[in-house]
Amino acid sequence: MTGEALDPGMGRRSFINWFLGTSAGAFLVSVLYPAARYLIPPPAGESAAGTITLPLKPEDVKSNTGQIFKFGNRPAILIRTPAGELRAFSAVCTHLNCTVQYRADLSHIWCACHNGHYDLNGKNIAGPPPRPLDPYVVNVRGSQIVVGKSA
Amino acid sequence: MGSRDTRHGRLWTWLDERLGLAELEKLAKKKEVPVHRHTVWYYLGGMTLFLFAVQVATGILLLFYYRPSAEEAYESIQFLMAEVQFGWLIRSIHAWSANLMILTLFVHLFSVLLLKAYRPPREITWFSGVGLLGLALGFGFTGYLLPWNTLAYFATKVGTEITGVVPVVGLFLARILRGGDEVTGAALTRFYGIHVAVLPALAGVLIGLHLYLVQKLGMSVPPGVERAGGPRRTMPFFPSFLLRDLVGWLSALAILAALAAYYPIELGQKADPFASAPAGIRPEWYFMFMFQTLKYLPSYILGIEGEVVGVVGFGLAGLFLLLIPLLDRRTARGEPSRMFTWIGIAIIAYMVVLTYLGYTVSPTK
Repeated sequence: MTGEALDPGMGRRSFINWFLGTSAGAFLVSVLYPAARYLIPPPAGESAAGTITLPLKPEDVKSNTGQIFKFGNRPAILIRTPAGELRAFSAVCTHLNCTVQYRADLSHIWCACHNGHYDLNGKNIAGPPPRPLDPYVVNVRGSQIVVGKSA
Repeated sequence: MGSRDTRHGRLWTWLDERLGLAELEKLAKKKEVPVHRHTVWYYLGGMTLFLFAVQVATGILLLFYYRPSAEEAYESIQFLMAEVQFGWLIRSIHAWSANLMILTLFVHLFSVLLLKAYRPPREITWFSGVGLLGLALGFGFTGYLLPWNTLAYFATKVGTEITGVVPVVGLFLARILRGGDEVTGAALTRFYGIHVAVLPALAGVLIGLHLYLVQKLGMSVPPGVERAGGPRRTMPFFPSFLLRDLVGWLSALAILAALAAYYPIELGQKADPFASAPAGIRPEWYFMFMFQTLKYLPSYILGIEGEVVGVVGFGLAGLFLLLIPLLDRRTARGEPSRMFTWIGIAIIAYMVVLTYLGYTVSPTK
């Protein structure tokens, strides 16, 4: 590797270096790719149910109260307004996903985590929440309360 | 090597020939700690390290009873607290020591910041220290969920949702962190793995680097003391400084024991994913200033969601903190740098005031 022989010599050297470098890179990718994919959780089966029947009778839900129920795999809230109307919303606060509650003293929906307020239509009226709560459709069929996603 | 040294006995000689103890001894004798009116701040780093050691020891003990699943976590800690002898003590010490460690870490950080110990050549020491602060907060955040109680559940819901707010990669990161789209048993298992394996491994590497640099570069003498001149006083690290360190560690242990005995950590209610978040919900105190800031932000700021502004803002503040050694050019040149002193004071004041408000303002206000 002296004098005139330098160029072909370095060519060989750089080829070997390139070969080693790409092999090391390919090796790393082949190790890291499965590990990275492994860390991504598989998609959870979303509950497909569009409507559910609550284990409650309409007369059990007092005026100016609310309660949490399970809608699919997320919490939802059923309220009876002071005027006597039944309404249901997603109970997941649109701010940072806490579960909201009905405040009888304020007569509206409130989130304890960051003091977010929603009115009886689920509209965000005070505090940090950026969007209204998703509304659901409530139907009373005889002595059953059926809640469904709005169409 | 061993033949010239007869004062330590044969075992020492045997070990020295294999491990090179004489070199270590020479190093320990050579190491000196500057003495001046700010020397007291030198003890905070060692104090943090001591509390970390307490965390490792008590954490290993907790592993023997803890079960990382949504069905069993709460019950296993109930069992630990009620049935296992001194189970309540080990858990309380782990929780209290975590809090004290974060406290001493913050004091250490701010003393280094205000005394400008981050100036060249100690930039990497600072970077590794800020990295360790991040790891400590990660330890606190992941450990908080493990009892699977209501407070932990909602704190984690909010905390991981905040990750989801980060532009572009946020939702993906939150999903990786939670092991799904919601905080469930999958999140608990992941947090457990992160808390007991991933973070300790990273902390081990960073602590090693941090201590190596402290050893290599020695203690930083504050620029104010250097400029004042006068005779440089020092004390030997071994034994003078180490013995003083030891007094601090014993005091910390006594405080820990007293806190754990008189204020044992409660377990609270088991987490129920289908219950409302209770009033008065709040994170650990060291996240309080951020939590309180998020409460004050309106839903939209200049058309951007308030929490995005908050989260990106704290991210940028963290980045600024990390890069201070590169940004503070005056200190690097050896000139007084009043601006960075005031920035340090402003950060401390902001954190103290917002934390105070977090604990005093009514949660519905």
